[in-house]
Amino acid sequence: MKGLNIMLVGVGGQGTLLASRVLGNVALKRDFDVKVSEVHGMSQRGGNVVTYVKMGERVYSPLVEAGEADIILAFEQLEAYRWLEYLKEGGRMIINRQRIDPMPVITGKAKYPEGIIEKISETGVDIIATDALETAKECGNAKAVNVVLLGILAKSTDIEKDIWIEALKEVVPERFLESNLNAFERGYNT
Amino acid sequence: MEKLLLQLLYITQGEENMKKLMLGNEAVARGAYEAGVSVASAYPGTPSTEITENIAKYDDIYSEWAPNEKVALEVAIGSSIAGARAICSMKHVGLNVAADPLFTVSYSGVNGGLVIMVADDPGMHSSQNEQDSRFYARASKVPMLEPSDSQECKDYVKEAFSISEEFDCPVLVRLSTRISHSQSTVELGERLNYHLKPYIKDFNKYVMMPAMARKRHLEVEKRMSALKEYSDSSSLNSIEWGDKSIGVITSGVAYQYAKEAFGNVCYLKIGLVYPLPEKLIAQFAGEVKTLYVVEELEPFIENQIKKMGIKVIGKECLPVTGELGAEIIRERLLGQKPPANAPAKEAVPVRPPVMCPGCPHRGMFYVLKKLRLNVSGDIGCYTLGALPPTEAMDTCICMGASVGVAHGMEMARGRDFSNKTVAVIGDSTFIHSGITGLIDVVYNKGNSTVIILDNSITGMTGHQHNPTTGFTIKGEPTKQVDLVKLAQAVGVERVRVEDPFDISGFESAVKEEINADGPSVIISQRPCALLKNVKFEGPLRINDALCKKCRKCLSVGCPAIVDKGGFIKVNEALCVGCGLCTKVCSFNAFEKAGDSNERA
Repeated sequence: MKGLNIMLVGVGGQGTLLASRVLGNVALKRDFDVKVSEVHGMSQRGGNVVTYVKMGERVYSPLVEAGEADIILAFEQLEAYRWLEYLKEGGRMIINRQRIDPMPVITGKAKYPEGIIEKISETGVDIIATDALETAKECGNAKAVNVVLLGILAKSTDIEKDIWIEALKEVVPERFLESNLNAFERGYNT
Repeated sequence: MEKLLLQLLYITQGEENMKKLMLGNEAVARGAYEAGVSVASAYPGTPSTEITENIAKYDDIYSEWAPNEKVALEVAIGSSIAGARAICSMKHVGLNVAADPLFTVSYSGVNGGLVIMVADDPGMHSSQNEQDSRFYARASKVPMLEPSDSQECKDYVKEAFSISEEFDCPVLVRLSTRISHSQSTVELGERLNYHLKPYIKDFNKYVMMPAMARKRHLEVEKRMSALKEYSDSSSLNSIEWGDKSIGVITSGVAYQYAKEAFGNVCYLKIGLVYPLPEKLIAQFAGEVKTLYVVEELEPFIENQIKKMGIKVIGKECLPVTGELGAEIIRERLLGQKPPANAPAKEAVPVRPPVMCPGCPHRGMFYVLKKLRLNVSGDIGCYTLGALPPTEAMDTCICMGASVGVAHGMEMARGRDFSNKTVAVIGDSTFIHSGITGLIDVVYNKGNSTVIILDNSITGMTGHQHNPTTGFTIKGEPTKQVDLVKLAQAVGVERVRVEDPFDISGFESAVKEEINADGPSVIISQRPCALLKNVKFEGPLRINDALCKKCRKCLSVGCPAIVDKGGFIKVNEALCVGCGLCTKVCSFNAFEKAGDSNERA
């Protein structure tokens, strides 16, 4: 069984923690050894957050380091750009087209790079870019951005779809389940 | 009823031998549960908070948030002396606060097992320093364990209780951010049916006056010798043999990094980091060609090995600052540079944390900045007020420091300076250790103005209750500290409650209080925007026809208000509709946007 190094990168408050919980559950169901490393505390307040999910026969370090990620799931464009060098050669980037300006951009001290997705694409990286916020809204739950992205991620792995859905059902609270399952399907069929 | 009982029985049985993915902190809580712990006390602090949050889910354990770490440890000590197994958890800087009881409970020893969890934060993800807690073990002569994944978190906590009772001492267990906040699999076990030990009145052991303490110090030294021997034979310290050209001595998360970087070499994995297994180290060193010590932060293990006269490579190659990782070990010790993808070709703007949209602190900082005050700050979400664009905080040292610092500034520079100075401190932080600072101001005839931010919760660590919220860790209603009466009781005559979103009212309140004689307290009262019961009316947008692009709204520092090349826009995905911006806009350019789920 081939292992997987996945990074979830985004902005504090975007729901990366829930997504990583689902991923952890998926790994367990596939009988992988797994480590999920999260960031709590100060960065969760609108700072850049990164979660590492490593699964394989035996996982030691909880961190994914530069050049080691099979897949980077970027919840925001700038964050995709920031972590580009963490992608493995031949790795895939799944990018939510959403843009959230960091404070230095808001205050005019820095510029938000233009055409990020094109620039990443030019480096030869395999990209799937999508407007997950729009899709989530269409599913009736603007907060389900994370699950739309998980759907795309699921399709990018060789882990059976049923396992993902089972894991999702265990993590997502009952009253949000329907919209989240919808969001997952939409992502999966992107 | 019978069916329900059967069901419960089934669930309990089903849990044992089950594998579960758990955060290190969650596994510590499970370890405490399985060890038969019946009392847990803590003050929240990243990365330790989830230990006690998870303990609170076990009904068999009494758990509480204490006002600070010193009290938390004292509670745990009391429970231990009374015969129970007790656990107390804190972040690294919390141990500074709890150091006083720690050093003396080392002398008195325990009755029921006593375990102190301390979570370090190498890399300072959410801390004001990256001190290495292992020195506390040495300084207080208390053994310290260090787990390297969630399974060990659970196992070591149980082991720590056995050591505590066998050697009659408290036991420290050190975590770090990557252990506390990494999930890995844990096999669950049963809860030990622990019976309270008898309560024995023994002033020679538990009353630390000089005559008794002198005798106890001798006991501590005897205990240290016994623990050194134990360290050499304990399975907490273990050797993994491999390619003998390289030997690595390591502990905690550094063990995981080393395994990943070195592969099949020899490892001496240290689970009991104090006291070290000196015989085992000497034996290991004798068998391998090149010996490395891989540890995060200070050369704690390395220096002790060097003192034994053993040649070892460590901090001359590895940094004493920040976190380690497999990559830095490969690079610095093995001279390997793994291939990485090309980074972005241009500067990627940093994304520092910011106060959330709707945050009550934003209104207050807007006023402080406008008045150009000197602000002595404190620890909490509001520390973010120091960053642009608010930039309205000049100092932040430790929990509770803001009040004493403001007083010290007045004593150094006089009344004119204090007329332009305020201390800013959160409700939970004020209870933690701001009260004593305020008493100092009153007692010593200071004129400081202290702004207490009452947002109905402990914010930064993720919403824990505290004595000012009126609820316990289990969410049960309790007595609520009345901050107004408290300030009045210590002698502050000028105490007022203000809404930080009433910008003009807040501004005149601050002006009055900084110019008034004597100390004053302003309670800035408005709940955290992330609390479930806080409801706003939904996102706003800008009416471009009314907006004069004066950019005044940008100065409130809301992440939802952005400048799109001359046009000011509201990011509707972020905006909650708190309306603070409407109070600074002179042209009424903000209006309610459509429903966020409504499609264009």
